[in-house]
Amino acid sequence: MTGNLNLVGYGLSAIGPGVGIGLIFAAYINGVARQPEARGMLQPIAFLGFALAEALALFGLVLAFVL
Amino acid sequence: MSPLVLAAGGEGFTPPGPEDFWWPIVGSNTSNWTLTRPAVMVLLSVVLIGWFFLAATKRRSLVPGKLQFVGEGIYGFIREGIGRDLIGSKDFRRFLPLLFTQFTLILVNNVFGIIPFVQFPTMSRIGFPIGLTIITYLVFHAVGLRKKGVVGYLKDLVPPGLPSWIVPFIFLLEFVDKFITRPITLSLRLFANMFAGHLLLLVFILGAEHMILDLGPGFKVVGLLSAVLAVVMTFFELLVEVLQAYIFTLLTALYIGGALAEEH
Repeated sequence: MTGNLNLVGYGLSAIGPGVGIGLIFAAYINGVARQPEARGMLQPIAFLGFALAEALALFGLVLAFVL
Repeated sequence: MSPLVLAAGGEGFTPPGPEDFWWPIVGSNTSNWTLTRPAVMVLLSVVLIGWFFLAATKRRSLVPGKLQFVGEGIYGFIREGIGRDLIGSKDFRRFLPLLFTQFTLILVNNVFGIIPFVQFPTMSRIGFPIGLTIITYLVFHAVGLRKKGVVGYLKDLVPPGLPSWIVPFIFLLEFVDKFITRPITLSLRLFANMFAGHLLLLVFILGAEHMILDLGPGFKVVGLLSAVLAVVMTFFELLVEVLQAYIFTLLTALYIGGALAEEH
């Protein structure tokens, strides 16, 4: 069986952003549960944080194919 | 990527890779001016969006019909949920056409990824996200520069009230973020999501096809499981596709709002 070790490396690098995205949405859910009327304000912030954390995973994906 | 040969099966299985995203229709395989499948699809999406919103706004009435309701719903979502909240109620109106166009164009092109017979996300070719990102990049820097002037815009990168020794570092960080990281992440995010999602579907579907058609009875069960997962992943893709269209528009609005904001 042949393959590319890059992809294993990408799997490892995806752990960090995965945990980060989990934390972001946990905080968002907590916030909405405590104060449901703040949902409209929290939602863009949560998605912004999600997008930033996700960007790291995407860099990993691109590098896995490029390197 | 080298072909992966399954140990149990006699025949080789070539896993899908980046080369599956190259679909020339007219023209040579190497020319820069080849008409490709995503290029045709982006034209198709423009026709579809134009047709839909012309039809939705043709017979406007106080009590909206079905089409008008959907059209107004999408527009209202962009206007209230993204434009007004993030740019601010003073300036958001002049950016609504941009935000609305970006959202609908990206949404339709992304959802093309799971519509039968079309089934290819346009944005998985890096050129299309780069084009969209260039527009966002020029717009948010242009409005910021026009409002504050060059000196004011650069000065505004650093939040006020910092100790003076830290200001150069923060300036450098913010400068790199606004001028280099933002466009790269904005285009890469859309591209990589669509690319990875399509690749995932290819892995499950091609894997299922290979295992069911070419391999022994034990593999047929696994192949069926893989086919079921492909269906599940298709629905997951729909979620990701809508989310990415939303996030791209959201970030555009956020960047414009940040460039226009008076003080931090």
